[in-house]
Amino acid sequence: MALGGFSSELHVLAVDDSFVDRKVIERLLKISACKVTTVESGARALQYLGLDGPNGSSSALTILDKQDLKVNLIVTDYSMPGLTGYELLKKIKESSAFREIPVVIMSSENIQPRIEQCMIEGAEDFLLKPVKLADVKRLKELIMRVGEAKEGLTKSSSPKRILQNDIDSSPSSSSSSSSSQDVSSLDDDTPSSKRMKLEPKSS
Amino acid sequence: MQRQVALIKQSLFDQGYLDEQFMELEELQDDANPNFVEEVSTLYFKDSARLINNIDQALERGSFDFNRLDSYMHQFKGSSTSIGANKVKAECTKFREYCRAGNAEGCLRTFQQLKKEHSTLRKKLEHYFQLARQAGPKETARRPK
Repeated sequence: MALGGFSSELHVLAVDDSFVDRKVIERLLKISACKVTTVESGARALQYLGLDGPNGSSSALTILDKQDLKVNLIVTDYSMPGLTGYELLKKIKESSAFREIPVVIMSSENIQPRIEQCMIEGAEDFLLKPVKLADVKRLKELIMRVGEAKEGLTKSSSPKRILQNDIDSSPSSSSSSSSSQDVSSLDDDTPSSKRMKLEPKSS
Repeated sequence: MQRQVALIKQSLFDQGYLDEQFMELEELQDDANPNFVEEVSTLYFKDSARLINNIDQALERGSFDFNRLDSYMHQFKGSSTSIGANKVKAECTKFREYCRAGNAEGCLRTFQQLKKEHSTLRKKLEHYFQLARQAGPKETARRPK
């Protein structure tokens, strides 16, 4: 069982400099039955992963072996002081130990070139803030699917698309009926960047 | 009592103090986490008080570092958005527009308005949460009609 995280809970590392947003994303992830670790900066995220050593991945390998610390998904804010979410993404993708971990960027600003830049750099998805429960549920399903594909069970040609008939309604007891309605309302498999444009945000 | 709580909540939405995002947060409450929204709200007001203080100091100094002010306001707008503080968020947006235009007068004026909205919201939410706690946990978890 190479990818231990999928047989048990997903362990998500959430990176955000905002206290409020950290609390909210933590709750969203916990409701979605994920284990959550929150950190307040890109630097702390790298530290947690063990990527902050002089040659990059000094203590990373020992952490990888520990089941409970193994990270299955990284969700990071884009605009942070110090290391931005984009820079964090790059560092993770440059690391041999962690480049396989999906990284999702969150941002309050729907800036198309920014989104493209992140996707090109290897981000799994881009979420517009404020992040909703439906976003997290969709994300979790996506990550599980990506994980299955990597285990060689299914070769998905477009891993970012969610096939409607494959979505099983989440048995999460604490989710209300309205959140599961949100998920099933994504009838067209709109790619996430397009979804950003369709978001009716009042500014 | 519960009806009163519901009415207060409805008026907060009707008058535009809160938006959809507040409801999203309420959906995240359950029996194990009945006070989640109040916790987020407390965190928000603590955090935004700090930001207001920083901005006050920056403005008092008289030097209008628009980049810095914009950066503070980006944070403020972010957390206001996350909690559904609709009117506060609108003032943040206005402030940022004045920053980008380099309009010091506009910034000052907008900031006064922002502080007013912020203070009003805090009082209203404190009152709402207090009543909701007295009324019983069920009311806060429900969506307003």
